[in-house]
Amino acid sequence: MSAPETTNDAPVVTEDTRRLNMIEAINEALAIMLERDPDVIILGEDVGYFGGVFRATAGLQEKFGKTRVFDTPISECGIIGVAVGMGAYGLRPVPEIQFADYIYPGLDQLVSEAARLRYRSAGEFIAPMTVRSPFGGGIFGGQTHSQSPEALFTHVSGIKTVIPSTPHDAKGLLISAIEDNDPVIFFEPKRIYNGPFTGFYDKPVEPWKKHRDSQVPEGYYKIPLGKARTVREGEALTVLVYGTMVHVAEAVCEARGVDAEIIDLRTLVPLDIEAIETSVKKTGRCLIIHEATRTSGFGAELSALVTERCFYHLEAPVDRVTGFDTPYPHSLEWAYFPGPVRIGEAIDKIMSE
Amino acid sequence: MADRPANGTAQGSNKPALSLHVPEPKYRPGDEVDFSHIAITKPGAQPRPDEACEASETAPLTLDLIRVLGDDNQAHGPWDPKLDADTLRQMLHHFAMVRAFDARMYRGQRQGKTSFYMKCTGEEATSISAAMALASDDMVFPSYRQQGILIARGYPLVEMINQIYSNRGDKLKGRQLPIMYSSRENSFFSISGNLATQTPQAVGWAMASAIKGDTRIAATWVGEGSTAEGDFHSACTFAAVYNAPVIINVVNNQWAISSFSGFAGAERTTFAARALGYGIAGLRVDGNDPLAVYAAERWAANRARSNSGPTLIEHFTYRAEGHSTSDDPGAYRSAHEGEEWPLGDPVNRLKKHLIELGEWDEDRHAAMDIACAEEVKAATKEAEKNGILGHGLHHPFHTMFEDVFETLPWHLEEQAAQAIHEREVKWPEGKKP
Repeated sequence: MSAPETTNDAPVVTEDTRRLNMIEAINEALAIMLERDPDVIILGEDVGYFGGVFRATAGLQEKFGKTRVFDTPISECGIIGVAVGMGAYGLRPVPEIQFADYIYPGLDQLVSEAARLRYRSAGEFIAPMTVRSPFGGGIFGGQTHSQSPEALFTHVSGIKTVIPSTPHDAKGLLISAIEDNDPVIFFEPKRIYNGPFTGFYDKPVEPWKKHRDSQVPEGYYKIPLGKARTVREGEALTVLVYGTMVHVAEAVCEARGVDAEIIDLRTLVPLDIEAIETSVKKTGRCLIIHEATRTSGFGAELSALVTERCFYHLEAPVDRVTGFDTPYPHSLEWAYFPGPVRIGEAIDKIMSE
Repeated sequence: MADRPANGTAQGSNKPALSLHVPEPKYRPGDEVDFSHIAITKPGAQPRPDEACEASETAPLTLDLIRVLGDDNQAHGPWDPKLDADTLRQMLHHFAMVRAFDARMYRGQRQGKTSFYMKCTGEEATSISAAMALASDDMVFPSYRQQGILIARGYPLVEMINQIYSNRGDKLKGRQLPIMYSSRENSFFSISGNLATQTPQAVGWAMASAIKGDTRIAATWVGEGSTAEGDFHSACTFAAVYNAPVIINVVNNQWAISSFSGFAGAERTTFAARALGYGIAGLRVDGNDPLAVYAAERWAANRARSNSGPTLIEHFTYRAEGHSTSDDPGAYRSAHEGEEWPLGDPVNRLKKHLIELGEWDEDRHAAMDIACAEEVKAATKEAEKNGILGHGLHHPFHTMFEDVFETLPWHLEEQAAQAIHEREVKWPEGKKP
């Protein structure tokens, strides 16, 4: 299949772009892949008749039939396990785990099986599956509807981890993930399904329809895995970020008038190390932001890489703004969430060094 | 004191203290063995329901034991698969071959040619007879003790030994622990060390075959100990929900390393009986009776292939040897268990049956054993040309980094360069490790 691939930049508005929210963009990517490839199968809890608890699979069973899009028993181990078997047969399953917080019962199948299958069989069997799962906080989801477990997967050899931050990227990255012959964890930041949350929780949320990155081309297009996107070019410092925090970082930098270069990583493994190195060597400062807990989070890996590869260009220590090392709380959500105050103070500190 | 509901009886104060039941096997090292408590049913006495029957109709068969071969060495009853003598001799040859292979590989491990091995002694029928009842392109998802399937499907012995030696001829490039075979060509799924993970995968493969309107079915094997894993429950649930064309073989060999089957629930019910709770057909079969195993597997295969649904088969057998080369069964069970096992030895039973039929004799059997040993020996020598573990004839360093992903990302390329650099430091001037 010849794939038009977009550049790293925001989409150009043309005649065939429409404004979609992230759910609509994901739904469209799934519909396109179901149409293009008869081996694509969607399965998960409530994804069939009902169309998913977030509506991501709405209308797909009606259009493509019950053997292409179907509901499953409530068993993450079963969902991932049968998807591995389907992949071994030659299908291209796209299982959904209803919340990333509930992926753990399927972890053995992901870590021990899907991730290792190509390696252990020397390529005889592969697991070309894309596990979609809503993740992240900021929605009063409490402990089990807010987690960001990406570091559990970036630590596993053989799995790719992808996290979009805009409708445009969500569609193009999901199509790439489904076509990829390796297992992909596709985490969808549910806080920004309907609009780009800026972290200023006391202000109304702007819907995607008013945002520049909601311009989504019709039809098939891909955004390559392993390529970061420069959200904003700048000279003062490099901000490495992904998911919901892309928009928070952008809003905070704008509010403080900081000339930051904001890089949306989009894929954590494989990582776009070139984009990171180029930017940090230019700015000399690096701030890493993620929602996930701090200790052994993906920020630690980013910090180590930047320190190892850009040390002589750094004018300040690499810093991390993250969730605290606690389970995700309910009532104290905004005290936990790495919002404008925490990010602003980190920027002040890094710029004063 | 805690409040307790009044229910007309004592509120707790006069009741005995609760006690935890921790299962204990009947016999430990040094004990005399008496297996008379095991109900050995009469061969031929078990009814054979229609293959398209309701799962519930198999209920009596989940508590019984389907048997065909009697003490008279003749086949009895409706489960007699009525195999011709050539097929029976073929089966016996596979048995002899896997036994010769196990003997030599076990010795190879003791001689330091490899790190690890696992025999399947006593359980040959549960893999070979079952595999012979399937089509050669039905996909099997084995555990680690079904080397008999590869033998039955004609996988070259040299390839098996290359894998066990992790040498430069190993198709899995020395990445896998010995005996974790994989052969897509033989519809034999890659073996994983993680127990029971293959069971939902087999169900998924079967679902895929059904989605595509294929005619192939899937079969999986799992030990009775591993049925305690959550994956087994998921597999049975999904198999039932989607009426998947799959056979779930539970090899109940009484032991999971040092734990007897009671730790997987065998004190309360049979493993076959679990099928009924899921709405799956269940059969319990004498796993040391090659004809019964063949017949049960064929019944389940026909059922699956005709869209009548999945089957769970419990193969009631005995693990005659240690769990692996790293195990000493003398430390936890009576040495007499194997010899006292009331269902005998599958190889011996088939041999006697063929002799009873006038299709075999002791001389031919002895000659076959010698020929199998010679064939394994020759294959071993051939494989040793590719090296044995730790003697340098392995795959190139760069292969360690391949197949993690379809293509190597930058970080793996960097690490591959590091590994190759280290080799040059350790062995300068082109000396090979």
